[in-house]
Amino acid sequence: MKLRIKFTKSGVMKFIGHLDVMRYFQKAMRRAEIDISYTTGFSPHQIMSFAAPLGVGLESNGEYFDIEADSVTNGNDMKDRLNAVMVDGMHIESIRLLPENAGNAMASVAAAKYTILFDSSFSCPFDLENAVNIFMAQESISVTKQTKRNVKEMDLKPYIYEMTVKDGVIFLLVNASSSGNIKPGLVMETLFKENGQTLPESALKITRQDTYTNTGTEDAPVFIPLEDIGYEF
Amino acid sequence: MVKPALSDEILLKIEKPARYIGNEVNSVVKDKEQVDIRFAMCFPDVYEIGMSHLGIQIIYDLLNRFEDTWCERVYSPWTDLDQIMRKEKIPLFALESQEPIREFDFLGITLQYEMCYTNVLQILDLSGIPFYAVDRTEADPIVIGGGPCSYNPEPIADFFDIFYIGEGETMYRKLLDTYKENKRNGGSREDFLYQAAKLPGMYVPRFYEVTYKEDGTIASFLPVKEDIPETIVKELVTDLSETSYPEKPVVPFIKVTQDRVVLEIQRGCIRGCRFCQAGQIYRPVRERNAEVLKKYALTLLKNTGHEEISLSSLSSSDYSQLEELIFFLIEECARKKINISLPSLRIDSFSLDIMSKVQDVKKSSLTFAPEAGSQRLRNVINKGLTEEVILKGAALAFEGGWSRVKLYFMLGLPTETEEDIRGIAELSNKIAAVFYETVPKEKRNGKVQIVTSTSFFIPKPFTPFQWSPMNTKEELIEKAYLTKKAVTEQLNQKSIKYNWHEADVSILEGVFARGDRKTAKVILKAYEKGCLFDSWSEYFHNDLWMEAFQECGVSIDFYTTRTRSADEIFPWDFLDCGVTKEFLKREWVKAQKEEVSPNCKMQCQGCGANRFKSGICMEKGQEQKDETQD
Repeated sequence: MKLRIKFTKSGVMKFIGHLDVMRYFQKAMRRAEIDISYTTGFSPHQIMSFAAPLGVGLESNGEYFDIEADSVTNGNDMKDRLNAVMVDGMHIESIRLLPENAGNAMASVAAAKYTILFDSSFSCPFDLENAVNIFMAQESISVTKQTKRNVKEMDLKPYIYEMTVKDGVIFLLVNASSSGNIKPGLVMETLFKENGQTLPESALKITRQDTYTNTGTEDAPVFIPLEDIGYEF
Repeated sequence: MVKPALSDEILLKIEKPARYIGNEVNSVVKDKEQVDIRFAMCFPDVYEIGMSHLGIQIIYDLLNRFEDTWCERVYSPWTDLDQIMRKEKIPLFALESQEPIREFDFLGITLQYEMCYTNVLQILDLSGIPFYAVDRTEADPIVIGGGPCSYNPEPIADFFDIFYIGEGETMYRKLLDTYKENKRNGGSREDFLYQAAKLPGMYVPRFYEVTYKEDGTIASFLPVKEDIPETIVKELVTDLSETSYPEKPVVPFIKVTQDRVVLEIQRGCIRGCRFCQAGQIYRPVRERNAEVLKKYALTLLKNTGHEEISLSSLSSSDYSQLEELIFFLIEECARKKINISLPSLRIDSFSLDIMSKVQDVKKSSLTFAPEAGSQRLRNVINKGLTEEVILKGAALAFEGGWSRVKLYFMLGLPTETEEDIRGIAELSNKIAAVFYETVPKEKRNGKVQIVTSTSFFIPKPFTPFQWSPMNTKEELIEKAYLTKKAVTEQLNQKSIKYNWHEADVSILEGVFARGDRKTAKVILKAYEKGCLFDSWSEYFHNDLWMEAFQECGVSIDFYTTRTRSADEIFPWDFLDCGVTKEFLKREWVKAQKEEVSPNCKMQCQGCGANRFKSGICMEKGQEQKDETQD
């Protein structure tokens, strides 16, 4: 049986990197005595697949991973058992059963929504709402992206699906697929650069609100939260 | 959730912020208004090392079981954060509450190796606690040391208020009650220390005065008040199965050195290798009942979620219920998909069978620790392992499919000759030869791989070799060179890889292992010059240490290469670790005569530890030998 688990990550847990979050959940499965499936072979490991890695320093209300289980009780019981062994800042939101033909969490990810706030010690040096409107009205947004090997020029625009400002909070819906993932920090840096400013380190408080899959087409995407692929049990 | 002591900006800038945020699974958070005593327990090294230490977990659990006490953890900030804390004047804080250490009642520091001494000073420095214990005020925590290095606390005695000598399980309640009582009565820090000094196992350095002879050795070592004991006997747990064991150890977020459930199966060792301090100071051997351990294994796996379990003890093969325990673990762990990490076991058909069950034979290696290259020298050090046993074990293993062997030796042992050193290479060669004799060509999966490593012998307090001179740095380097040369002369040299340790650190360890109070100023000087994380080769600065010795006018040779007379008063002689000086002296004489001593299971040697009336000393058939008998 394939299960999809949605969790939140907040507070100091934002300093725990992706690999350590994976290790954390492997141990949590054992503490909660979830009947997770293992691979066969000399050193069996849990069958677990994470959706989209979250950068260190970001909080999230919509993180996901899939597991395979040999047996299940019901979603609420398993959720409670896991929540009983969580630390502060990690909370299981839902556990849903996936249809057998569902793609795995990582491959399913298409987009992620973020909210971005400025740190209280920092005030934005330009009219944010206006700047975002101008930013998004452009045909293309050219950035130089530093990869491991070289620096490459790319157009950000097709990867930003939505960017709005309300009451000083920026809402950002961007591509989060494994091939086209855009970091919200990069979008903000570019915005600042286009306004002749540099963004100081750690001026932003970024929260991923949810992670989405695309049930539409590439040209006419329909983004739905990853948990909506599964059903309650 | 507790607010971190460090800002987001700092936490995002430094390496592995998870070292400093606390909040781990099973970490204990209490309401500070509801406790009387705040205790900070420190391992003076980086988080990943400190979190792997069982002793801290035991004390942490023990203290937090007390309703009136909140014990938290603190580790050495890594060099990146160290810089920032100094620059921004951020006081060192405990992980659980994220509050400054200086506000605590106690700061406990475990002393596991000599090369952590500058890190001890870093902890005090960053906490804002004066280095010298006598300079501290009522506002400072009581700084208390423990662990193996407290069996010669003298090099760092000036920096500590108390040393707790022996096993932590027994005296903390009494100590904390004394502290509370003193506070209630409006007593001062000095009052408390005076009362603590009268408790069993507690050494309060300020109440002891040392005088020296002209040649620099100790003339007298006496308490300055008459109701303080002249000798301090180590504390010891009589029944290990009855003592508390941490059932919910803290589970770190980041990968640490020992990222697994650890079951302590026994304390002490029956072997009596003459170079080994642990083999003496933890006497007598006490086993923990296998039934108790099985229960702990299940509870600990459930409470931590770890995917691996290991056994901890000295000489695990000597644990009498090993077979039963391991078979239980193999069965349970297979069901739960848990790995078993085996301790190093004597190589025989039993251990090979176990090893093939729990690890991949092709990937794992065999370990032998002959410690010396010749039988003569192995007799000197009382290492029972014979060449015949090693070669037989190797043959058995090669037949079983193993092809990797690790060998551990020491260079610089007392009475060592060139022949003994060549013996290291020759033994390595013989093992390689056994492979080619045992395994037919068509079954060989490449060459046999022998990894031969040498470390340098450092004479330690409370061992028969405490009287032994240590080699000079030049001699040690020469010996490593000789070993290397001898290896290259062997027929199977291509199958042998030789590793050796740096000599510089060993010399310093040699100084502080047998150092006295006069060496304290060198440690402080070295720290002031920037020495920190000395056990990390990339941060070890021998030149700064040498400057510190020179500027303080302290001779290294006095502590290392000097020959000590049989009647010299050692800096640690005021401590009583159970074994008597007479016993150690007898063993030192036997060593020079190349005579071996049987182990505790074979025949009692009258070491003195039987006065604790526990463990092996109480087993039937153990004839108690009179101490004065030879």
